[in-house]
Amino acid sequence: MTTTAAPIAASTRQPRGSLRARLQNILPKLVLAPSFLLVLIFVYGFNLWTFFLSFTNSKAFSSTTLVGLANYQKLWTWTFETDPPSGWYTAIVNMGLFGGLYVIFCLVLGLTLAILLDQKIRGEGILRPIYLYPLALSFIVTGTAWKLFLDPGIGLEKAVHLWGWTSFKFDWVVNPRMMIYCVAIAGIWASSGFVMALFLAGLRGIDGEIIKAAQIDGASGFAMYRRIIIPIMRPVFLSALIILTHLAIKSYDLVLSVTGKNPGGAAELPSTFMYSYTFTRNQMAVGSTSAVIMLMTIAAIMIPYLYSELKEKNR
Amino acid sequence: MKLRSMLLASAMAASVAGFAASAHAADIKEVQMLHWWTSGGEAAALNVLKQDLAKEGYAWKDVPVAGGGGEGAMTALKAMVAAGNPPTASQILGYFAVDYAEAGKLGDITSLATKEGWDKVVPKALQKFTTTNGKWDAVPVNIHSVNWVWINKAVMDKIGGTEPKTFDDFIALLDKAKAAGVTPLALGGQPWQEATMFDSVVMSTGGPDFYKKAFVDLDESALKSDTMKKAFDNLAKLKAYTDANFAGRDWNLATAMVIKGDALVQVMGDWAKGEFKAANKEAGKDFLCYRFPGTDGSVIYNTDMFAMFNVAADRKAAQLALADATMSISFQSAFNVVKGSVPARMDVPDTDFDMCGKKGIADVKAANDKGTFVGSMAQNYAQPPAIAGAYHDVVTKFFHGEIKTSDAAVAELDKALNAAK
Repeated sequence: MTTTAAPIAASTRQPRGSLRARLQNILPKLVLAPSFLLVLIFVYGFNLWTFFLSFTNSKAFSSTTLVGLANYQKLWTWTFETDPPSGWYTAIVNMGLFGGLYVIFCLVLGLTLAILLDQKIRGEGILRPIYLYPLALSFIVTGTAWKLFLDPGIGLEKAVHLWGWTSFKFDWVVNPRMMIYCVAIAGIWASSGFVMALFLAGLRGIDGEIIKAAQIDGASGFAMYRRIIIPIMRPVFLSALIILTHLAIKSYDLVLSVTGKNPGGAAELPSTFMYSYTFTRNQMAVGSTSAVIMLMTIAAIMIPYLYSELKEKNR
Repeated sequence: MKLRSMLLASAMAASVAGFAASAHAADIKEVQMLHWWTSGGEAAALNVLKQDLAKEGYAWKDVPVAGGGGEGAMTALKAMVAAGNPPTASQILGYFAVDYAEAGKLGDITSLATKEGWDKVVPKALQKFTTTNGKWDAVPVNIHSVNWVWINKAVMDKIGGTEPKTFDDFIALLDKAKAAGVTPLALGGQPWQEATMFDSVVMSTGGPDFYKKAFVDLDESALKSDTMKKAFDNLAKLKAYTDANFAGRDWNLATAMVIKGDALVQVMGDWAKGEFKAANKEAGKDFLCYRFPGTDGSVIYNTDMFAMFNVAADRKAAQLALADATMSISFQSAFNVVKGSVPARMDVPDTDFDMCGKKGIADVKAANDKGTFVGSMAQNYAQPPAIAGAYHDVVTKFFHGEIKTSDAAVAELDKALNAAK
């Protein structure tokens, strides 16, 4: 498609001064070149550098002495150390728990809120920013606020006790094994409003004709959403999923602020693992290896999904 | 056209600047300093140093660090040094100084050190971090020690407690507090705090020789010994005296529990004294400081240092002035009175210090003579960060029940430390 379009465009422009045409052709590339170059060096270049470091024995500073797959071997053994759980094993399990809960609940809550807000209710202009507002807070603020709110000594549990329900118990945030769920709660609170905004935009973009046609065909409200509207919003799901997945995997400040520096080693995530090995434990090679594994994991999830979505579009 | 004239102008400016620099090549009267002592008391204490330098005609320039914490500063420093643009000096901790020295990034201030006789006044064990192969490349600002307990005196009087001399005394005291309905032990359940407390427990259980054998020499038989097992058992005993919500608490919040009288005692390094001071509490009257029961006579230290980087010749004079001013008796006294630590040189008079400071100064001298002045494992002063990190992991997993028995903990400690070597 694109290969045929380009020559036609070029040939139609030929009659007008060729210098100007050439400039017009070249200008977009020229404007994009610096950012392209920066991305090439600072994203892909450093990806490669990290990849290289994962095969070295780098400690506090980077080194170029190759040690083969030793670092990968180390992480591979740690992956199966469950009693007591190694930091890396905990990180992977927590990533699954946190990432899964975060993505699923954000999508479900976001979609539900969007559908409810889309019922032409009064005061939407006020409600929408209220739901969107949590995203304006940085994760470190969100995390600290939730930590205080969930702290049994001063937060929710204490308040319920003061109201008279003294047997009420909610101590997840100080129980190392349950902490990761508190991180998920804080994350979902922060991001579901944003997902709602995405879905709301998607809902508003649906052609009214389609809905009218469905109504004439006798589709009920629920069936209409299930059969027509939600399938139409597939691209929105894709965007939301990509944004949420990368937020979940990048998440660092949230887990630190909610859990308070990883008590019991139970609140580890791949990102905190990577940071602590690279910068505080002076084992840069191990840190790089974990970073490479994180990248590979994201790629393994994202590439097939993107591929299938894009293939669908081309057909 | 415009672009070309701009280029020309900037090239001219650059050559003028270059000329100016070469004209002043004799000396740059400025100290570039990277540090994270930016809050209240610490910043005020550092002002003393700035004024001392100003008297000698040296300007002080802070190297800005985003974020303010030590970790951010270390990352910034790494970048500056890697770019070949190190500051004159930087605040630095433990093995980071050794890392930079081994990478050949630090300068040499041995001439000044010899003239001033620093090797005689700075504790021997601490010189491991300030010298490399007999060459001075850093100056210590203070000595902190971690084997302290901080007790609320009002609560102590109420329960009729006395100074605990042994670990068993300590448990008996905690029992008394528990019976009186006070939280006995204020603890912040974060890996570094638990590991810092465990340093003292190991010292108390096995004594200084055992501590050195296990943590300084990483002797396998000591790490796997029954004494180490008993140390883990003792640590487990302490858990029963914390409140339910200790996991993840910051250390200063735990100190606040003691200050307010909600808890009897905190096991913490002497930086905790700064919190008591900030709350206008007086040593001996409002709070008590004892060595961790069973560790009197030993000092488990950590220290803040200024690392002197390998700077250009025209910045050397300023660097030496900074080192000299930092090691002056007046600054060491003034700074440490405020900071809560004790001076890094042993010939500083203790007149301005409170009773905890006086005891700290005397303890450092005694411990240096007896050879019981040892680096803190938890704070990176006994072993490099990789091993200290593995130590944190094992202690915190044991304390929170992920490692279930002291047998398993000992095996795990040996395995983790070996893997991190």
